[in-house]
Amino acid sequence: MIRVTLPAHLRKLAGVDGEVALEVAGPVTQGTILDALEARYPRLRGTIRDHTTLKRRPFVRFFACGEDLSHDSPDQPLPDDVATGAEPFSIIGAMAGG
Amino acid sequence: MSAVRVLVGTRKGAFILQSDGKRQKWDVQGPHFGGWEMYHLKGSPVEPNRIFASQGTGWFGQLIQRSDDGGVTWEAVGNEFVYDGVPGTHQWYDGTPHPWEFARVWHLEPSLVDPDTIYAGVEDAALFRSTDGGSSWHELAGLRGHGSGPHWQPGAGGLCLHTILLDPSDPARIFVAISAAGAFRSSDGGATWQPINRGLQSEGIPDPTAEVGHCVHRIAMHPSRPQVLFMQKHWDVMRSDDGGDSWREVSGNLPTDFGFPIDVHAHEPETIYVVPIKSDSEHFPPDGKLRVYRSRTGGDEWEALTQGLPQRDCYVNVLRDAMAVDSLEECGVYFGTTGGQVYASADAGDTWNAIVRDLPPVLSVEVQTLR
Repeated sequence: MIRVTLPAHLRKLAGVDGEVALEVAGPVTQGTILDALEARYPRLRGTIRDHTTLKRRPFVRFFACGEDLSHDSPDQPLPDDVATGAEPFSIIGAMAGG
Repeated sequence: MSAVRVLVGTRKGAFILQSDGKRQKWDVQGPHFGGWEMYHLKGSPVEPNRIFASQGTGWFGQLIQRSDDGGVTWEAVGNEFVYDGVPGTHQWYDGTPHPWEFARVWHLEPSLVDPDTIYAGVEDAALFRSTDGGSSWHELAGLRGHGSGPHWQPGAGGLCLHTILLDPSDPARIFVAISAAGAFRSSDGGATWQPINRGLQSEGIPDPTAEVGHCVHRIAMHPSRPQVLFMQKHWDVMRSDDGGDSWREVSGNLPTDFGFPIDVHAHEPETIYVVPIKSDSEHFPPDGKLRVYRSRTGGDEWEALTQGLPQRDCYVNVLRDAMAVDSLEECGVYFGTTGGQVYASADAGDTWNAIVRDLPPVLSVEVQTLR
Protein backbone atom coordinates (compact mmCIF):
# COMPACT_ATOMS: atom_id res chain seq x y z
CA MET A 1 0.00 0.00 0.00
CA ILE A 2 1.14 3.51 -0.78
CA ARG A 3 0.78 6.05 2.01
CA VAL A 4 -0.19 9.61 1.04
CA THR A 5 -0.47 12.63 3.31
CA LEU A 6 -2.60 15.59 2.31
CA PRO A 7 -2.70 19.21 3.52
CA ALA A 8 -5.54 20.10 5.86
CA HIS A 9 -7.76 21.77 3.25
CA LEU A 10 -7.59 18.74 0.98
CA ARG A 11 -8.13 16.26 3.82
CA LYS A 12 -11.33 18.12 4.64
CA LEU A 13 -12.38 18.21 1.01
CA ALA A 14 -11.75 14.48 0.64
CA GLY A 15 -13.40 13.73 3.96
CA VAL A 16 -10.41 11.94 5.50
CA ASP A 17 -8.72 12.39 8.87
CA GLY A 18 -5.19 11.11 8.49
CA GLU A 19 -3.04 9.41 5.90
CA VAL A 20 -4.60 7.88 2.82
CA ALA A 21 -3.64 4.33 1.84
CA LEU A 22 -3.79 3.57 -1.87
CA GLU A 23 -3.27 0.60 -4.12
CA VAL A 24 -1.26 1.69 -7.13
CA ALA A 25 -1.07 -0.58 -10.15
CA GLY A 26 2.18 -0.67 -12.06
CA PRO A 27 5.16 1.59 -11.40
CA VAL A 28 4.83 3.94 -8.47
CA THR A 29 5.26 7.48 -9.74
CA GLN A 30 3.78 10.88 -8.89
CA GLY A 31 1.43 10.40 -11.82
CA THR A 32 0.17 6.95 -10.85
CA ILE A 33 -0.28 7.98 -7.21
CA LEU A 34 -2.30 11.03 -8.24
CA ASP A 35 -4.34 8.94 -10.68
CA ALA A 36 -5.23 6.54 -7.86
CA LEU A 37 -5.87 9.38 -5.39
CA GLU A 38 -8.21 11.23 -7.75
CA ALA A 39 -10.02 8.01 -8.65
CA ARG A 40 -10.69 7.36 -4.96
CA TYR A 41 -11.51 11.00 -4.15
CA PRO A 42 -12.91 12.70 -7.27
CA ARG A 43 -13.39 15.96 -5.36
CA LEU A 44 -9.61 16.39 -5.41
CA ARG A 45 -9.53 16.63 -9.21
CA GLY A 46 -8.13 19.97 -10.25
CA THR A 47 -6.86 20.87 -6.78
CA ILE A 48 -3.41 19.26 -6.98
CA ARG A 49 -2.79 19.31 -10.71
CA ASP A 50 -4.50 20.84 -13.69
CA HIS A 51 -7.46 18.90 -15.09
CA THR A 52 -6.19 18.99 -18.64
CA THR A 53 -2.42 19.42 -18.64
CA LEU A 54 -1.93 17.38 -15.43
CA LYS A 55 0.74 19.90 -14.41
CA ARG A 56 1.26 20.36 -10.69
CA ARG A 57 -0.38 23.52 -9.37
CA PRO A 58 2.34 26.07 -8.61
CA PHE A 59 1.78 26.24 -4.84
CA VAL A 60 1.52 22.48 -4.36
CA ARG A 61 4.71 20.58 -3.54
CA PHE A 62 5.56 16.89 -3.35
CA PHE A 63 7.95 15.50 -0.71
CA ALA A 64 9.13 11.99 0.16
CA CYS A 65 12.03 10.54 2.13
CA GLY A 66 13.18 14.04 3.09
CA GLU A 67 13.47 15.14 -0.55
CA ASP A 68 11.57 17.76 -2.50
CA LEU A 69 10.40 15.86 -5.58
CA SER A 70 8.21 18.66 -6.90
CA HIS A 71 10.28 19.28 -10.00
CA ASP A 72 10.83 15.64 -10.89
CA SER A 73 9.03 14.16 -13.86
CA PRO A 74 5.58 12.81 -12.94
CA ASP A 75 6.60 9.59 -14.68
CA GLN A 76 9.82 9.06 -12.71
CA PRO A 77 9.69 6.08 -10.33
CA LEU A 78 9.52 7.16 -6.70
CA PRO A 79 11.94 5.83 -4.03
CA ASP A 80 11.46 2.21 -2.95
CA ASP A 81 10.49 3.33 0.55
CA VAL A 82 7.45 5.08 -0.96
CA ALA A 83 6.62 2.13 -3.18
CA THR A 84 6.75 -0.27 -0.23
CA GLY A 85 4.81 2.01 2.09
CA ALA A 86 7.72 2.52 4.49
CA GLU A 87 7.58 6.27 3.85
CA PRO A 88 4.60 8.44 2.87
CA PHE A 89 4.29 10.52 -0.27
CA SER A 90 3.51 13.98 1.07
CA ILE A 91 1.43 16.54 -0.80
CA ILE A 92 2.00 19.94 0.75
CA GLY A 93 0.60 23.43 0.28
CA ALA A 94 3.58 25.75 -0.13
CA MET A 95 4.16 28.36 2.55
CA ALA A 96 3.14 31.48 0.67
CA GLY A 97 1.17 34.37 2.04
CA GLY A 98 -1.70 34.32 4.53
CA MET B 1 -43.97 34.04 7.86
CA SER B 2 -41.30 35.46 5.59
CA ALA B 3 -37.60 35.25 6.30
CA VAL B 4 -34.39 36.56 4.86
CA ARG B 5 -31.18 34.65 4.21
CA VAL B 6 -28.01 36.63 3.54
CA LEU B 7 -25.16 34.80 1.79
CA VAL B 8 -21.80 36.34 2.55
CA GLY B 9 -18.59 35.40 0.76
CA THR B 10 -15.35 36.47 2.42
CA ARG B 11 -11.61 36.08 1.96
CA LYS B 12 -11.56 33.26 4.48
CA GLY B 13 -14.88 31.47 4.28
CA ALA B 14 -18.61 31.81 3.73
CA PHE B 15 -21.23 32.89 6.25
CA ILE B 16 -24.99 32.55 6.17
CA LEU B 17 -27.06 35.03 8.12
CA GLN B 18 -30.72 34.42 8.74
CA SER B 19 -33.56 36.46 10.20
CA ASP B 20 -37.30 36.55 10.19
CA GLY B 21 -39.07 39.21 8.19
CA LYS B 22 -38.55 41.81 10.89
CA ARG B 23 -34.82 41.71 10.16
CA GLN B 24 -33.85 42.66 13.69
CA LYS B 25 -32.23 39.51 15.09
CA TRP B 26 -29.75 37.61 13.01
CA ASP B 27 -28.39 34.11 13.33
CA VAL B 28 -24.87 33.77 11.91
CA GLN B 29 -23.74 30.39 10.60
CA GLY B 30 -20.19 29.75 9.50
CA PRO B 31 -17.53 29.86 8.51
CA HIS B 32 -18.31 27.38 5.78
CA PHE B 33 -15.12 26.38 3.94
CA GLY B 34 -12.97 28.21 6.49
CA GLY B 35 -9.69 29.45 5.08
CA TRP B 36 -10.90 29.44 1.46
CA GLU B 37 -11.69 32.51 -0.60
CA MET B 38 -15.43 32.51 -1.22
CA TYR B 39 -15.88 34.88 -4.10
CA HIS B 40 -19.62 34.50 -4.47
CA LEU B 41 -22.65 32.54 -3.31
CA LYS B 42 -26.08 32.73 -4.87
CA GLY B 43 -29.32 30.83 -4.51
CA SER B 44 -31.61 29.60 -7.24
CA PRO B 45 -34.72 31.75 -7.61
CA VAL B 46 -36.60 28.59 -8.58
CA GLU B 47 -35.43 26.42 -5.67
CA PRO B 48 -34.18 28.77 -2.95
CA ASN B 49 -32.61 25.98 -0.90
CA ARG B 50 -30.29 25.27 -3.82
CA ILE B 51 -27.26 27.52 -3.34
CA PHE B 52 -24.13 27.61 -5.44
CA ALA B 53 -20.78 28.84 -4.10
CA SER B 54 -17.47 29.71 -5.69
CA GLN B 55 -14.64 28.42 -3.51
CA GLY B 56 -10.94 28.78 -4.20
CA THR B 57 -7.43 29.46 -3.08
CA GLY B 58 -4.20 30.23 -4.83
CA TRP B 59 -2.94 26.85 -3.63
CA PHE B 60 -5.66 24.45 -4.66
CA GLY B 61 -7.53 26.32 -7.37
CA GLN B 62 -11.23 26.53 -8.02
CA LEU B 63 -14.06 24.49 -6.58
CA ILE B 64 -17.79 24.90 -6.97
CA GLN B 65 -19.98 23.86 -4.07
CA ARG B 66 -23.70 23.25 -4.19
CA SER B 67 -26.13 22.98 -1.32
CA ASP B 68 -29.65 21.64 -1.70
CA ASP B 69 -30.71 22.35 1.88
CA GLY B 70 -30.20 26.05 2.26
CA GLY B 71 -26.52 25.91 3.12
CA VAL B 72 -26.58 23.26 5.85
CA THR B 73 -24.68 20.66 3.81
CA TRP B 74 -22.63 21.07 0.67
CA GLU B 75 -21.41 18.96 -2.19
CA ALA B 76 -18.42 19.76 -4.40
CA VAL B 77 -19.62 19.68 -8.00
CA GLY B 78 -17.77 20.30 -11.25
CA ASN B 79 -14.70 22.49 -11.24
CA GLU B 80 -13.36 22.01 -14.74
CA PHE B 81 -13.48 25.30 -16.64
CA VAL B 82 -11.86 24.80 -20.02
CA TYR B 83 -11.96 27.51 -22.64
CA ASP B 84 -13.55 26.49 -25.89
CA GLY B 85 -11.07 25.64 -28.64
CA VAL B 86 -7.70 27.36 -28.76
CA PRO B 87 -7.99 30.08 -26.12
CA GLY B 88 -5.79 32.66 -27.88
CA THR B 89 -4.60 35.83 -26.20
CA HIS B 90 -5.87 39.06 -24.68
CA GLN B 91 -3.77 42.10 -23.90
CA TRP B 92 -1.61 42.14 -20.82
CA TYR B 93 -1.19 45.29 -18.70
CA ASP B 94 1.70 46.42 -20.86
CA GLY B 95 -0.24 45.88 -24.07
CA THR B 96 1.53 42.67 -25.08
CA PRO B 97 -0.47 39.53 -25.95
CA HIS B 98 -1.10 37.26 -22.98
CA PRO B 99 -2.58 33.76 -23.15
CA TRP B 100 -6.06 33.34 -21.78
CA GLU B 101 -5.69 31.52 -18.43
CA PHE B 102 -8.45 30.46 -16.09
CA ALA B 103 -7.92 31.88 -12.60
CA ARG B 104 -11.22 31.81 -10.70
CA VAL B 105 -14.99 32.16 -10.76
CA TRP B 106 -16.02 35.65 -9.72
CA HIS B 107 -19.77 35.40 -10.04
CA LEU B 108 -22.43 32.70 -10.20
CA GLU B 109 -25.85 33.49 -11.64
CA PRO B 110 -28.50 30.79 -11.35
CA SER B 111 -31.16 30.67 -14.06
CA LEU B 112 -34.44 32.40 -13.34
CA VAL B 113 -36.41 29.38 -14.56
CA ASP B 114 -34.34 26.19 -14.32
CA PRO B 115 -32.68 25.07 -11.08
CA ASP B 116 -30.10 23.01 -13.00
CA THR B 117 -28.90 25.88 -15.17
CA ILE B 118 -26.34 28.32 -13.84
CA TYR B 119 -23.93 30.79 -15.38
CA ALA B 120 -20.39 31.49 -14.15
CA GLY B 121 -18.38 34.62 -14.86
CA VAL B 122 -14.68 33.87 -14.68
CA GLU B 123 -11.21 35.39 -14.78
CA ASP B 124 -9.67 35.52 -17.41
CA ALA B 125 -12.93 36.88 -18.67
CA ALA B 126 -15.34 34.36 -20.09
CA LEU B 127 -18.87 33.15 -19.51
CA PHE B 128 -19.57 29.50 -18.72
CA ARG B 129 -22.88 27.70 -18.34
CA SER B 130 -23.86 24.49 -16.62
CA THR B 131 -27.16 22.79 -17.37
CA ASP B 132 -26.68 19.90 -14.93
CA GLY B 133 -26.60 21.64 -11.60
CA GLY B 134 -22.93 22.54 -11.77
CA SER B 135 -21.55 19.10 -12.62
CA SER B 136 -20.12 20.21 -15.95
CA TRP B 137 -19.37 23.60 -17.45
CA HIS B 138 -19.19 24.79 -21.04
CA GLU B 139 -17.99 28.12 -22.31
CA LEU B 140 -20.32 30.40 -24.23
CA ALA B 141 -17.43 31.19 -26.50
CA GLY B 142 -19.20 33.72 -28.67
CA LEU B 143 -18.44 36.34 -26.05
CA ARG B 144 -14.66 36.09 -26.27
CA GLY B 145 -14.96 35.33 -29.95
CA HIS B 146 -17.11 38.21 -31.07
CA GLY B 147 -14.05 40.13 -32.27
CA SER B 148 -12.75 42.44 -29.59
CA GLY B 149 -11.49 39.74 -27.19
CA PRO B 150 -7.83 40.01 -28.21
CA HIS B 151 -7.96 43.71 -27.25
CA TRP B 152 -9.37 43.23 -23.74
CA GLN B 153 -7.04 44.27 -20.96
CA PRO B 154 -7.31 43.42 -17.27
CA GLY B 155 -8.26 45.93 -14.62
CA ALA B 156 -6.23 46.10 -11.41
CA GLY B 157 -8.22 43.17 -10.04
CA GLY B 158 -7.69 41.00 -13.09
CA LEU B 159 -9.57 40.44 -16.35
CA CYS B 160 -12.77 39.37 -14.65
CA LEU B 161 -16.31 38.80 -15.83
CA HIS B 162 -18.04 39.95 -12.65
CA THR B 163 -21.64 40.77 -13.56
CA ILE B 164 -24.31 38.61 -15.20
CA LEU B 165 -27.84 39.94 -15.59
CA LEU B 166 -30.61 37.71 -16.91
CA ASP B 167 -33.61 39.43 -18.47
CA PRO B 168 -36.76 38.07 -16.80
CA SER B 169 -38.90 39.12 -19.78
CA ASP B 170 -36.71 37.45 -22.40
CA PRO B 171 -34.81 34.25 -21.55
CA ALA B 172 -32.55 34.78 -24.56
CA ARG B 173 -31.26 38.14 -23.39
CA ILE B 174 -28.19 38.28 -21.14
CA PHE B 175 -26.01 41.19 -20.08
CA VAL B 176 -22.48 40.81 -18.73
CA ALA B 177 -19.78 43.22 -17.63
CA ILE B 178 -16.02 42.78 -17.67
CA SER B 179 -13.19 44.77 -16.11
CA ALA B 180 -11.70 46.37 -18.11
CA ALA B 181 -13.46 45.51 -21.35
CA GLY B 182 -16.94 46.89 -20.77
CA ALA B 183 -20.54 45.71 -20.99
CA PHE B 184 -21.88 43.20 -23.50
CA ARG B 185 -25.33 41.93 -24.51
CA SER B 186 -26.57 38.73 -26.05
CA SER B 187 -30.02 38.39 -27.57
CA ASP B 188 -29.75 34.71 -28.45
CA GLY B 189 -29.07 33.01 -25.15
CA GLY B 190 -25.35 33.66 -25.14
CA ALA B 191 -24.43 32.39 -28.60
CA THR B 192 -23.47 35.81 -30.00
CA TRP B 193 -22.63 39.08 -28.30
CA GLN B 194 -22.21 42.74 -28.96
CA PRO B 195 -20.44 45.39 -26.89
CA ILE B 196 -22.81 47.99 -25.41
CA ASN B 197 -20.52 50.79 -24.34
CA ARG B 198 -21.65 53.77 -26.42
CA GLY B 199 -21.64 56.89 -24.31
CA LEU B 200 -19.06 55.69 -21.81
CA GLN B 201 -16.11 58.01 -21.47
CA SER B 202 -12.99 56.90 -19.66
CA GLU B 203 -9.81 58.73 -18.84
CA GLY B 204 -7.04 57.06 -20.77
CA ILE B 205 -9.29 56.19 -23.69
CA PRO B 206 -9.14 59.25 -25.90
CA ASP B 207 -11.54 57.81 -28.47
CA PRO B 208 -15.07 58.61 -27.21
CA THR B 209 -16.47 55.93 -29.50
CA ALA B 210 -14.17 53.16 -28.25
CA GLU B 211 -16.09 49.93 -28.44
CA VAL B 212 -14.23 48.24 -25.57
CA GLY B 213 -11.69 49.07 -22.89
CA HIS B 214 -13.98 50.63 -20.31
CA CYS B 215 -13.60 49.55 -16.70
CA VAL B 216 -17.20 48.77 -15.84
CA HIS B 217 -17.42 47.87 -12.17
CA ARG B 218 -21.04 46.76 -11.99
CA ILE B 219 -24.35 46.94 -13.81
CA ALA B 220 -27.82 46.53 -12.31
CA MET B 221 -31.37 46.16 -13.56
CA HIS B 222 -34.84 46.20 -12.07
CA PRO B 223 -36.65 43.03 -13.14
CA SER B 224 -39.75 44.96 -14.19
CA ARG B 225 -37.81 47.21 -16.58
CA PRO B 226 -35.07 45.26 -18.30
CA GLN B 227 -34.51 48.04 -20.83
CA VAL B 228 -33.18 50.29 -18.07
CA LEU B 229 -29.66 49.54 -16.88
CA PHE B 230 -27.61 51.29 -14.25
CA MET B 231 -23.83 51.20 -14.16
CA GLN B 232 -21.08 52.03 -11.70
CA LYS B 233 -18.06 52.54 -13.85
CA HIS B 234 -14.51 52.99 -12.56
CA TRP B 235 -15.42 56.65 -12.50
CA ASP B 236 -18.99 57.77 -13.36
CA VAL B 237 -22.43 56.43 -12.56
CA MET B 238 -24.33 55.83 -15.79
CA ARG B 239 -27.76 54.76 -16.99
CA SER B 240 -29.17 53.37 -20.19
CA ASP B 241 -32.82 53.50 -21.20
CA ASP B 242 -32.41 51.39 -24.31
CA GLY B 243 -30.99 48.12 -23.06
CA GLY B 244 -27.42 49.35 -23.25
CA ASP B 245 -27.47 50.83 -26.76
CA SER B 246 -26.52 54.19 -25.27
CA TRP B 247 -25.49 55.47 -21.87
CA ARG B 248 -25.61 58.83 -20.13
CA GLU B 249 -23.98 59.96 -16.95
CA VAL B 250 -26.17 60.37 -13.85
CA SER B 251 -23.48 61.03 -11.23
CA GLY B 252 -25.16 64.37 -10.41
CA ASN B 253 -24.32 65.61 -6.93
CA LEU B 254 -22.40 62.56 -5.69
CA PRO B 255 -19.34 63.57 -3.65
CA THR B 256 -17.27 61.26 -5.89
CA ASP B 257 -18.49 59.09 -8.70
CA PHE B 258 -15.88 56.36 -8.19
CA GLY B 259 -17.19 53.19 -6.59
CA PHE B 260 -17.92 49.54 -7.07
CA PRO B 261 -21.48 48.32 -6.35
CA ILE B 262 -24.78 49.66 -7.67
CA ASP B 263 -28.20 48.20 -6.97
CA VAL B 264 -31.88 48.92 -7.49
CA HIS B 265 -34.71 49.01 -4.93
CA ALA B 266 -36.88 45.90 -5.15
CA HIS B 267 -40.14 47.78 -5.74
CA GLU B 268 -39.09 51.20 -7.03
CA PRO B 269 -37.28 50.90 -10.36
CA GLU B 270 -36.04 54.49 -10.20
CA THR B 271 -34.53 54.14 -6.72
CA ILE B 272 -30.88 53.17 -6.89
CA TYR B 273 -27.98 52.88 -4.47
CA VAL B 274 -24.23 53.42 -4.73
CA VAL B 275 -21.37 53.69 -2.24
CA PRO B 276 -19.03 56.51 -3.30
CA ILE B 277 -15.35 55.76 -2.81
CA LYS B 278 -12.75 58.51 -2.73
CA SER B 279 -10.74 57.59 -5.80
CA ASP B 280 -9.12 54.82 -7.79
CA SER B 281 -5.98 55.18 -5.73
CA GLU B 282 -7.69 55.60 -2.35
CA HIS B 283 -10.26 52.85 -2.01
CA PHE B 284 -12.13 54.16 1.01
CA PRO B 285 -15.04 56.51 1.64
CA PRO B 286 -14.38 60.26 1.37
CA ASP B 287 -13.67 61.99 4.70
CA GLY B 288 -13.71 58.69 6.60
CA LYS B 289 -17.54 58.67 6.46
CA LEU B 290 -19.27 55.54 5.20
CA ARG B 291 -22.26 56.80 3.23
CA VAL B 292 -24.64 55.00 0.93
CA TYR B 293 -26.13 57.36 -1.62
CA ARG B 294 -29.68 56.87 -2.81
CA SER B 295 -31.34 58.40 -5.81
CA ARG B 296 -35.11 58.20 -6.10
CA THR B 297 -34.98 59.72 -9.57
CA GLY B 298 -32.92 57.11 -11.35
CA GLY B 299 -29.77 59.16 -10.91
CA ASP B 300 -28.62 62.80 -11.06
CA GLU B 301 -30.13 63.70 -7.65
CA TRP B 302 -28.62 61.83 -4.73
CA GLU B 303 -29.06 61.86 -0.96
CA ALA B 304 -26.57 60.60 1.60
CA LEU B 305 -27.78 57.79 3.88
CA THR B 306 -25.75 57.88 7.07
CA GLN B 307 -27.90 56.87 10.02
CA GLY B 308 -26.26 53.91 11.70
CA LEU B 309 -23.16 53.98 9.50
CA PRO B 310 -19.78 55.10 10.87
CA GLN B 311 -19.27 58.79 10.20
CA ARG B 312 -15.67 59.11 11.30
CA ASP B 313 -12.42 57.20 10.89
CA CYS B 314 -13.93 54.67 8.49
CA TYR B 315 -11.60 53.50 5.75
CA VAL B 316 -13.18 50.33 4.41
CA ASN B 317 -14.16 49.54 0.85
CA VAL B 318 -17.34 47.97 -0.50
CA LEU B 319 -16.62 45.61 -3.38
CA ARG B 320 -18.70 45.26 -6.54
CA ASP B 321 -20.59 42.10 -5.62
CA ALA B 322 -21.10 43.09 -1.99
CA MET B 323 -24.50 44.83 -2.16
CA ALA B 324 -27.95 43.30 -2.51
CA VAL B 325 -31.61 43.96 -1.74
CA ASP B 326 -34.42 41.81 -0.39
CA SER B 327 -37.96 41.93 -1.74
CA LEU B 328 -39.97 42.25 1.45
CA GLU B 329 -42.70 44.88 1.46
CA GLU B 330 -40.30 47.44 2.85
CA CYS B 331 -37.21 46.80 0.80
CA GLY B 332 -34.12 45.76 2.72
CA VAL B 333 -30.69 46.84 1.53
CA TYR B 334 -27.48 45.05 2.51
CA PHE B 335 -23.79 45.55 1.91
CA GLY B 336 -20.52 44.13 3.20
CA THR B 337 -17.19 45.84 3.71
CA THR B 338 -13.55 44.94 3.47
CA GLY B 339 -13.49 45.53 7.23
CA GLY B 340 -15.74 42.52 7.77
CA GLN B 341 -19.01 44.25 8.59
CA VAL B 342 -22.31 43.49 6.92
CA TYR B 343 -24.71 46.40 7.21
CA ALA B 344 -28.43 46.06 6.67
CA SER B 345 -31.26 48.50 6.35
CA ALA B 346 -34.83 47.27 6.78
CA ASP B 347 -36.24 50.61 5.61
CA ALA B 348 -34.80 51.07 2.14
CA GLY B 349 -31.67 52.75 3.42
CA ASP B 350 -33.03 55.28 5.91
CA THR B 351 -31.35 53.54 8.87
CA TRP B 352 -28.61 50.92 9.08
CA ASN B 353 -27.29 48.34 11.51
CA ALA B 354 -24.26 46.08 11.40
CA ILE B 355 -25.89 42.65 11.44
CA VAL B 356 -22.46 41.07 11.81
CA ARG B 357 -19.03 42.59 12.20
CA ASP B 358 -15.43 41.39 12.37
CA LEU B 359 -15.77 38.84 9.59
CA PRO B 360 -12.87 38.46 7.17
CA PRO B 361 -12.95 41.00 4.32
CA VAL B 362 -16.31 40.66 2.56
CA LEU B 363 -16.18 39.82 -1.13
CA SER B 364 -19.86 39.34 -1.88
CA VAL B 365 -23.33 39.67 -0.40
CA GLU B 366 -26.48 38.13 -1.81
CA VAL B 367 -29.94 38.06 -0.27
CA GLN B 368 -32.71 35.52 -0.51
CA THR B 369 -36.24 36.49 0.48
CA LEU B 370 -37.91 33.32 1.76
CA ARG B 371 -41.70 33.16 1.96
